[in-house]
Amino acid sequence: MLSRARKLLLAMAVLAPSLSGCTHAHGGGRVDRQNFALIERGRYLVTLGDCTACHSDPTRSDSPFGGGHPVPTPFGTLLAPNITPDPATGIGNWTAQQFDDAVRRGRMPDGRRLYPAMPFPYFARMSAADVRAIWAYLNTVKPVHHVVVADQLPFPLSLRVSMIFWDWLYYHPGQWRPRADESAAWNRGSYIVRGPGHCGACHTPKTFLGGDERSHELQGYSLQGWFAPDLTGDPAHGLALWSAKDIVAYLKTGHNRFDAASGPMAEEVKDSSSGMSAEDLAAIATYLKGEESTSRRRAALAAADLDMVAGAAIYRDICAGCHKIDGSGVPYLIPDLAGSAAVASRDPATVLRVILHGAASVATREEPTGPQMPSYGWQLDDAQVAAVATYVRNSWGHSAGRVPESAARAARQTPSASAP
Amino acid sequence: MSRIRRRDLLTGAALALAGGAAARAGVLKGELPWRSDAVSPPPRVEPGPWQFFTPEELPTIEALADRIIPPDAETPGGKDAGCVVFLDRQLAGAYGSAEGLYERPPFIQGVEQQGPQSSKTPAQTYRAALQALDQYCREGGGSGLPRGKRFAELALEEQDEVLHGLEGGTVHLSGLDAKQFFDALRKDIQDGFFADPIYGGNRDMCAWKMIGFPGARYDYRDWVNRHNERYPLSPVSIGGRADWTPRHR
Amino acid sequence: MPRRLPHKDVAIVGLGWTGSILANELTDAGLEVMAIERGPWRAAATDYPPNYAQDELRYRIRHELFLQPAQTTFTFRNRMSERALPIRNWGAFMPPNGVGGGGVHWNAETWRFLPSDFVLRSHLTKRYGARFLPADMTIQDWGVTYAELEPHYDRFEYLCGTCGQAGNLRGKILEGGNPFEGPRSRPYPNPPQQQPFSHTLFAQAARQLGYKPFPQPSGNLSQAYRNPLGVRQGPCSYCGFCEWFGCGNYSKASPQTTILPVLVRKPNFTARDQCEVTRINLEPSGRRATGVTFVDTSGQEWEQPADLVLLCAYTIFNVQLLMLSGIGQRYDPVANRGVIGRNFTHQTISDVVSFFDPKKFIFNPFIASGAIGMCIDEFNGDNFDHGPYGFVGGGYMGQVQTNGRPIETTPVPPGTPKWGAKWKQAVKENYLSAIKPGTGVHGSMYSYRDVYLDLDPTYKDRFGRPLVRITMDFHENELKQNRFLTDRFAAIFQAMGARQMDKQYRRAPYDITDYQTTHLCGGAIMGTDPKTSALNRYLQSWDVPNLFVMGASAFPQNAGYNPTGTLAALAYWSAQAIRTQYLKNPGPLVHA
Repeated sequence: MLSRARKLLLAMAVLAPSLSGCTHAHGGGRVDRQNFALIERGRYLVTLGDCTACHSDPTRSDSPFGGGHPVPTPFGTLLAPNITPDPATGIGNWTAQQFDDAVRRGRMPDGRRLYPAMPFPYFARMSAADVRAIWAYLNTVKPVHHVVVADQLPFPLSLRVSMIFWDWLYYHPGQWRPRADESAAWNRGSYIVRGPGHCGACHTPKTFLGGDERSHELQGYSLQGWFAPDLTGDPAHGLALWSAKDIVAYLKTGHNRFDAASGPMAEEVKDSSSGMSAEDLAAIATYLKGEESTSRRRAALAAADLDMVAGAAIYRDICAGCHKIDGSGVPYLIPDLAGSAAVASRDPATVLRVILHGAASVATREEPTGPQMPSYGWQLDDAQVAAVATYVRNSWGHSAGRVPESAARAARQTPSASAP
Repeated sequence: MSRIRRRDLLTGAALALAGGAAARAGVLKGELPWRSDAVSPPPRVEPGPWQFFTPEELPTIEALADRIIPPDAETPGGKDAGCVVFLDRQLAGAYGSAEGLYERPPFIQGVEQQGPQSSKTPAQTYRAALQALDQYCREGGGSGLPRGKRFAELALEEQDEVLHGLEGGTVHLSGLDAKQFFDALRKDIQDGFFADPIYGGNRDMCAWKMIGFPGARYDYRDWVNRHNERYPLSPVSIGGRADWTPRHR
Repeated sequence: MPRRLPHKDVAIVGLGWTGSILANELTDAGLEVMAIERGPWRAAATDYPPNYAQDELRYRIRHELFLQPAQTTFTFRNRMSERALPIRNWGAFMPPNGVGGGGVHWNAETWRFLPSDFVLRSHLTKRYGARFLPADMTIQDWGVTYAELEPHYDRFEYLCGTCGQAGNLRGKILEGGNPFEGPRSRPYPNPPQQQPFSHTLFAQAARQLGYKPFPQPSGNLSQAYRNPLGVRQGPCSYCGFCEWFGCGNYSKASPQTTILPVLVRKPNFTARDQCEVTRINLEPSGRRATGVTFVDTSGQEWEQPADLVLLCAYTIFNVQLLMLSGIGQRYDPVANRGVIGRNFTHQTISDVVSFFDPKKFIFNPFIASGAIGMCIDEFNGDNFDHGPYGFVGGGYMGQVQTNGRPIETTPVPPGTPKWGAKWKQAVKENYLSAIKPGTGVHGSMYSYRDVYLDLDPTYKDRFGRPLVRITMDFHENELKQNRFLTDRFAAIFQAMGARQMDKQYRRAPYDITDYQTTHLCGGAIMGTDPKTSALNRYLQSWDVPNLFVMGASAFPQNAGYNPTGTLAALAYWSAQAIRTQYLKNPGPLVHA
C-alpha cells in the first residue's frame, strides 16, 4: 500500500477521559434524503477534504468510510473512526451539531477531544453549511458495522488532557473570511487550501508538538521520508516556474510538464484533487500563485566542486537515459528536474528517497500511464547518492545546497523504505 | 517481496518449488503493480575463494583462457581479464547446473541440427573435460607432445596445437564430445571477456576499451546524428565506474 | 481437484499483444474479462530498469525474459522419417513468457503485409499459372483482404505510435516511403527514427543502384507520444539494447506502455499472472467451450468458466492447447487431412556481414534501436517478376542493425580463426567499422505438406502433457529465394565500398540451434474452407464457435515481414467481429 504518511502527521482522533463533560448539542434535525443538491454538495466536499484517505481502509474496498487501516506513526498506532451512518459503530446517531462539533472543534458527542490528525484546525475554517452538507452526505453512504479500536498511543499523548494545551497553542477557531481586495477565485482558492483541502497539514512546517508554524505557511515539510514541497512562489524552493495551468494539470491528472505526483501526493491526487471541479482547481492555482516568496536565492555549487563532478558523471551515465542530459525529461511522463517541485526543496528527503527506493507516480483517468522510477539504492553507495542528489539540486537553475553523505545514509535506513 | 524471491519469480525458478511454500499467482486489477526497491539486479561478483574450480584445475583453465584470448601489449589476456573468475562463478551458479533447461530423458544423440542432447550439466562437463585434457597431455597426446606434462606445462605452441585438435575434432577426450566441449569453452571465455565486469570478467572494462564499446550507457541521442565520429565517453559498467565516487573520499 | 472460480463473460489465455488488445476491446463492450498469463508481471522500473536492463549476458545469452525450456519446450526433426528430439536450450527462436508477451522484448519492427500476401495462392496462380508452384506447397488465401485489415493496421500503429514514412497514402505514392506498400488511410503517427551512419550509407548506395530505400517502421519512438487511449511514451534513446531486452525508458511500444495502464483501471478486467492454462474445457458435445482450466504456482488447479474463450498464447502453444483439448481434427500429412498443426512456417533469414576500412569508417554500431534501419522492398512478396527465377516469395532487406553488443556483435572477416591472437586483433580492428545487419534479408517461408506440428510420442512437459513436435525443413523454393535475395543484398554493400563481405546464405537443413527469428506461424490457420483451415476469416474456430484463436498461428503462410503488425491487425479485426456480430448473435459467423 502506498504510504499514507499524509494522514500520519500528528495523531489520530483518539478517545480519552473527558474533562469538559458531555456537550449534548441540540438542533440539526434529521437528514433530508431527498435533498439531492445538499447531498451532492456534501459528496463533493468529502472529495475536497479527502476524508477517504483516513476513514476508508484500502484493504476493505467494500466498506468505504468504515474506518481506517491501522497505521504506525511516530506517536503510536492510530485508527480513524467509522463515519458511516451505522448507529452502533458509526455516526448514525449523531446530530448535525454533534457532527459539526467533531469536524470543526475536535469534540466528540461525549465531550472527548480529538487529536489533531483529524485536521479540525483546518476544518474550523469551513462554513457551517458545508459541514452540514458533509453530514448529510455521510448519512447516505452504506452503513458499515465496524468497531474501530482506539489508539495505543504512548504516555503522555494517551492523555486527552494534553490536547487542551495543544488546542490552546494551535487551535484558533473562527470562520474563514474572504478578503475584499482579492478576486473571487483567490478567495475560493484560499478557502479550499486553508479549509477543507487542508494542504498545510502536509505542506506547512510543524513545531515540535506538531502544530503549524503559521509564519511559514505552505513552505514545505518533511514527513515519513518524503518532503511535501514549498507551494509558495519561492524562486529557490517553491513553484515559481509553475503557471496556474501547471498547478491545475498536476492536481487534476497527477502530472504536468514538469512533475509527477508520487508517494503521499499520488494518493491525494487519486482520492481528492483529481475529483475537484475545474473552477476549484483554477481557484487553488490562483491562490497559490498569489502566495509571496520569502527567501533569497543563493549561489549554486560550482561545477568543479568534487561532489558536482561525481554527480555529473553519475547523472550522465544512468539518469540521462530518461531525464535527458539537460534534465528536461519528457512532459507528463518523466519529470523535468529543472521544474520539479521536489528537486530543489529545502529538505532533500524526496530526492533521496526516490533515488534510493524508487517511486510510482499516480495514474489518473486523464493521465493513466503512471510511470515509475526504479530504485538505485542497490547500485549507488551513500556518497554517490549524495553526489548525484547534490548535482541535480545545483543544476539547471537550482541552488539548493549540498546533500551530505549522512543524509543519504539516513534516507537509506528510513523505516518506511520497505513500504511501497 | 525480497530480491531473491522476486528474481525467482522472474526466472520461473519458483515453478521448481511447486507444491511447497512457493509464490502464489498474483492478481492484476485496479492499478499497475508497484513496490519500492523491487529490483533484481545481477549479483556482483566479489573477489574471494574459488567457488567451482579446484586447485588442480586452475592452472589448466587459466592456460586455456590465455590461449583463447592471449594477452598483448595493450589488453590483458583471458586470465588477467578475469575470464576464469567469470567462468568459476557461472559454473557454480545457474549456468553450471543447467538451470531452466529441459532435462527430461531419454537422452538420445541426434543430428547436429537437433542441438546438444547431453545429460551432463556444464559443471559436470567441465569437471570431466579438464581432467581428461590433462590426462591426454600427460600421455603425450598421441602425437609428439612431451609425455608427463599437464596442459599448462606445455609450450604455448604445443597448447595451441592441442586446441586446434579439439576444435577440429582430431583430439578425442575420453568420455565426452571434445569438440562440443571446446566450442562451449571458447564461447564461455569470450562471453566472460565481453560481459559486464559485474560478472567477474572484462576487468576494468578492458575488452570494451579495446574495441570502443561504451558499455551500459543508455542514451546516445546526442550522438546518433554525429556520423563517422568516434564516441567520446569512456565505458561504464552496471557496477559503475571510478568517476562516480567523489574524489575527496 | 480443480477449484471453480466465478463465471466470467470472457476468458483470455495469454496476456501479450493480442490478449491485451482483445481484453481492451471487449471490456469496452462491457464484458467481464479474465486474462490468464503463464509468466510474471513485468514493468520497466522493477524488472528491466535502465540501470541493469543493458546486460547482454543475462538477457541475450541466458535469455532471462523468455520461457524456460524446463517449463516446457518442443521436440524437433527435419523429416517425418526421423526421430524428434527435445529442444533442451533455445536456439532458432525464443518463446516469450510473462505479461506483455513478446511485446516486452521485441524489436518493435512494425510492418504491414502486402495486399497480394493475403490472396497469395490466387494471386500467384493468376500471374504465373498453377504449375509454377511446387506440388507440395500448401499456400492459401487468408479469407481476409488487405483493404479489410487496413483500418486495423492503422489502429495498431496509432496505439503504438509507430514511426515511419508513408509510401502509399490513399493510393498516392510518396517520396521516401515504401512505394510497394498497400494504400494506407493515414500517415504514420510519428516521423521516422534518426538513422546512424551505416544505415544512412546503405540507403545512399541502394538509391544509387536504383532502389527506393525507406526507413523501417519502428515502434521505438522518434519523439514523445500520447496514444488514443491516453497512454504516453517517451523518445527512444538509441541505447542498442532492444530485442531480447525490456525497454527501461518507456520508449518501446509494448502492452505495458500502450494498453495495460488503461486496461487494469477498468473494473470489469482482471488478470492472473503465473498461471498456466492446461486445457480448454468443452461441453460433452465438443461444440462449445465452457471455460479453461489452469494451474497456479502452488500446483493448485482452477477452473475458470466463461462464455467466450480467446486463445492468445504464442503460436505453438495455441496449437498445443487445441490439440490437448481435442478441438478440431489433427493434421495428418500422409492422408493430407485435418487442420490442427497444418501449414506451419518460420522465416527465411540470411545476412551479409561486411567489413570496411577502419581508417575511413566509424559506424559506432552500439548506437541503435530495435527497429532502426533503412530497407528496400523491391524483392519482397510479388513486387518483382518471379518468372525468370523459378521460385516464389521474397522479403525486405536492409541495414537494420540493432546493436553493437560485444558478445553477439564482434564480427571478424572470413578466414579469421575463432580464437587466439589473430581473432583478438581482428575483433579489435573491425568492431567499429564492420556492419552486421542481423536479419538483413527477411524472407518469406511458404507452407508445405510435410512441415507441420503434432504431439510428440515420447517427451512430456512438467505436467506430463506431450510436447509439441516440430517437423520442419527448408524447401528448394525458399533456398533459391534466399540465394537470389542475399546476392542482391550483398551488391548494395559492395556499392557502399565494403572491402570484404561474408555472405551468410540460409542453407538446409533447418537448424534448431541457430537463431533466425521468433516468427513461427501457422498450425491453426484461418481460411474459407473448414477442410483446410482451423479458423474462419474472423479467427473463430470452425468447430467451437465460442472459441477464437489469435496470433500468427492463424497465418496460412509467412510473408517477408515481421509478423506483429499483422497479428495485431487481425486481433482488432476479430474484436470488431465479436463486438458487432458475435455478441448480438453468438454462433458461427461464417457458415461453411
